[in-house]
Amino acid sequence: MATDHTAFLPPPVVSAGPLAWMRRNLFTDWRQTALTLIVLYAVIRGVPPLLGWLFVDATWQGTRDDCVANGGACWAFVSARWGQFIYGFYPADERWRVNVTFAMLALSVVPLVLPMVRGKGWIIGFLLTLYPVLAFCLLYGGVFGLPVVETARWGGFMLTLVVAITGIVGSLPIGILLALGRRSNMPAIRTFCTLFIELFRAVPLITVLFMASVMLPLFLPTGFSLDKLLRALIGVAVFNGALMAEVVRGGLQAIPKGQYEAATAAGMGYWRMMGFVILPQALRLVIPGLVNTWVAIIKDTTLVLIIGLFDLLGIVQAGVADANWLSASVTKTGYVFAAMGFWILCFSLSRYSMYLERRLGLGASR
Amino acid sequence: MTAPVLPPRQIFWTRRRVKSLVVQAVFLGGLAWLFYFLFANTTANLQRQGIASGFGFLSQRAGFDVSLSFLPFTSDSSYGRAFWVAVVNALVLSALGIVLATVLGFGLGLARVSKNWLIARLATVYIEIFRNIPLLLQLFFWYFAILRQLPGPKESLVLADLVILNNRGLYMPRPQVDQSGWVIMVCFAAGLCMALVMTLRARQQRLKTGHGPKCWFWWPIGLFALPLTAYVLSGASLSFVIPELRGFNYRGGMLMLPEMLAALLGLGFYISAAIGEIVRSGIQGVDRGQVEAASALGLGRRDIMRLVVLPQAMRIIIPPLATQYLSLAKNTSLAAAIAFPEIISIVAGTTLTQTGQALEAITLAMLFYMSVSLSIAAVMNFLNYRVLRHGN
Repeated sequence: MATDHTAFLPPPVVSAGPLAWMRRNLFTDWRQTALTLIVLYAVIRGVPPLLGWLFVDATWQGTRDDCVANGGACWAFVSARWGQFIYGFYPADERWRVNVTFAMLALSVVPLVLPMVRGKGWIIGFLLTLYPVLAFCLLYGGVFGLPVVETARWGGFMLTLVVAITGIVGSLPIGILLALGRRSNMPAIRTFCTLFIELFRAVPLITVLFMASVMLPLFLPTGFSLDKLLRALIGVAVFNGALMAEVVRGGLQAIPKGQYEAATAAGMGYWRMMGFVILPQALRLVIPGLVNTWVAIIKDTTLVLIIGLFDLLGIVQAGVADANWLSASVTKTGYVFAAMGFWILCFSLSRYSMYLERRLGLGASR
Repeated sequence: MTAPVLPPRQIFWTRRRVKSLVVQAVFLGGLAWLFYFLFANTTANLQRQGIASGFGFLSQRAGFDVSLSFLPFTSDSSYGRAFWVAVVNALVLSALGIVLATVLGFGLGLARVSKNWLIARLATVYIEIFRNIPLLLQLFFWYFAILRQLPGPKESLVLADLVILNNRGLYMPRPQVDQSGWVIMVCFAAGLCMALVMTLRARQQRLKTGHGPKCWFWWPIGLFALPLTAYVLSGASLSFVIPELRGFNYRGGMLMLPEMLAALLGLGFYISAAIGEIVRSGIQGVDRGQVEAASALGLGRRDIMRLVVLPQAMRIIIPPLATQYLSLAKNTSLAAAIAFPEIISIVAGTTLTQTGQALEAITLAMLFYMSVSLSIAAVMNFLNYRVLRHGN
C-alpha cells in the first residue's frame, strides 16, 4: 500500500544565501553557537584596540615625546632609523651597492615565481653560484675600484639577507655531499657522515655559533684569524648543511632502484650517475622540503645577534635601547616592525612552497 | 663426461674494491691529519694564552649568583653545581613548554578542522602568525616589550586578589600543608594508580569481549574524592599562602620570574603553532571512509573524533610531534638571550667568560643537548612503537 510521504515533509529550510551559510558554518547547534558568540566577543574586544594602536593613535613623525603623548605605535622611530635598519652601519655613500645587490636578487626571484617563465633552472643556477660571488664583491669591495667596506659595518636587513643567503647557498652542497656520504657503500665515509649529521642535528644552532665564535680561533694556527662574520657564516652553513642532508636523503631514498641500475648499465660512473640521473630527480622531489628548510634558515639568522652581530633584530634591539628613544611604545613598535619584516619573508616563502607542492604534485599525478 | 660447471672465480681484489679501499684510506688519513692539525694548533694556542685545560674548574668556586634555581645555590657553590642548576632549569622549562605547546597545539589542530568557520579561521591566523616569526624575536617581544613594561608592584595587575602580575613577575598562591600533608599526597597517588588500573582492566576486557565496564567515574573518585576524604578525616590543614603587598614588593606565594614567563610563552606559542599544523594534517590524513563508517554506526561527531579519528591520527602525528618536542628542548637555549639562567647563559656565558675554558664549556653544553635529544628520541620511539603496535 502506497503512502504519500511528500504530504508530511516540512517546508524546505533556507539552503542558500548568507543566512543559510551562517547557520551551516557558525550556528550549527547550541554548542557551536555559544562558541561562536564567545569568540566573536573576544574578537570585537581585541581587534579595534590593536588597530587603534597600530594606526589611529600611532605617531608617524616626531620625537619620543610625541609618541609617548599619543600612546600608539611610534612609526616615527622606525622612519628615523630606517637607514640603519636596512643597511646597518654601511657608509651612506656606498649604500647604492647594497641596493644593486637587492635589485639583482629581486629581479631573479620574480621570474621564479611566475609560472609561464621558462629556463628557471638557469636562474636557480645563477642564484646559487654566480650571484653570491657577485654580491660579495659588490658588498665587500676591493675589486672594480670599489672601496672596501669592513664586515663590522654590515648590519640590519642587509646582514640578515647575507646570512640567510649564505646559509641557503652554502648548506645545499654540504647537505648533498653529506647525504650521498650517508648512503655510500664505503663504511668509513658512511660512519663519518652519519655521525656528523646526527651530531649537528642533536645540538641547537647557538652552540654551533658559539663554537664558531670562541672555539674556531683556538683550532686555527697562531696568527691566522678569520673574520667574525665569516666564522658565523661557516657555522650557519655547516649546521644547516646537516639539516639539509636529511631532506636530500629523503629524496634519494624515493628514487627507484631501477634508476641506479639503468645508469650503471649505461656505463656511468658514480659521480656521473649521481649528477645526471639521480640528483636531478631527487632534488626535484624534495623542493617543498628544501623551501621549508629555507624558511627555518631565515628565522634562525636572528641568532647571530647572540654572538654580537647586528642583523635586523640585533639592530632593532640596539635601537630601542637608545636613550633618546627609550620608552614602552618605541620598544613595542621596534619589535613589531622587525616581526612584520620577518613575517612577510617567511610567510611568502612558505606559501610559495605550498604552491610548488601542489604544482609538483599535480605534475606527478598527471 | 663433461666437467662440472664451476661458478666464476670470485676475485676478492676487484678493481672496484681496491678503489673503494683506497678512497677510504685516503679519507681516513686526511681526517686523522685534520684532527692532528687542529689538536696541535689548539694545544699551542692554549699554552700561548695560558688557559688551563681539563674539567678541574668544575670544582672551583663559581662566585656568581643565579636568579632562578631549584637546587640550593649560592655564589660560594662550585661551577659544577652551577652546571646542574642550569640543567634543572632547562629541563623544567622544556617540560612546562612541552605541556603548554601540546595542549595549545591539539586545541589549535582541532580548531583548524572545526566546522565552525570563525574558529577555523582564527586558528589559521594564529598559526600563520606564530610560526612565521623567529622564536628569538617572539621571546624578545614577550620579555622586553610586554613583561618588562608592566607597572611596578604598587600598580600590579591583580586577578581576584590571588594572581598578581607586575614587572617583577607573576605571583600565585602557594599551597602549604602541615606535617600530615603526606597522607593526602599518598591518597592522591593511590587514587591515580587505582583509576589507571581500572581503566586498563576495562580496556583489556573490552578488547577481549567487546563489552567493557564503564570506568570514567574512577577518575574523579581517585583524583578528588579520595584525597578529599583523607584531608577531612586526617584533619590535616591545607592552606594557601597568598602573595601580599608589603612595603615595595609582594611577599609570599609562588613567583614566576618574567624571564621564565617570557621563555615559556614564547616557546609554547611558537611550538604550538607547529603542533597545530601537525595535528590538523594527522586528522585530515585519516581515511574519509573511517568517518563515514563510524557515522553509519550511529556515533556522534564528538565520539567519531575521540574514538575513531584521533587514535588513528596519532600514528601520523607522533613522529613529527617528536621532532617538535626535540626542537622545543633545543630552543630553550634561546632563552639565554632574555637572561633566563639555562645551559647557554650559565655554561657558555658566565662560566666561559670567567674561566676562559671555551673548549670544555662548549663541550659540556653540547653534551647536555645531545643527551636530552637522545632521551626524547628514545621516549618518542617507544611511544610510536606502542601506538603502531597496539593502536591507541
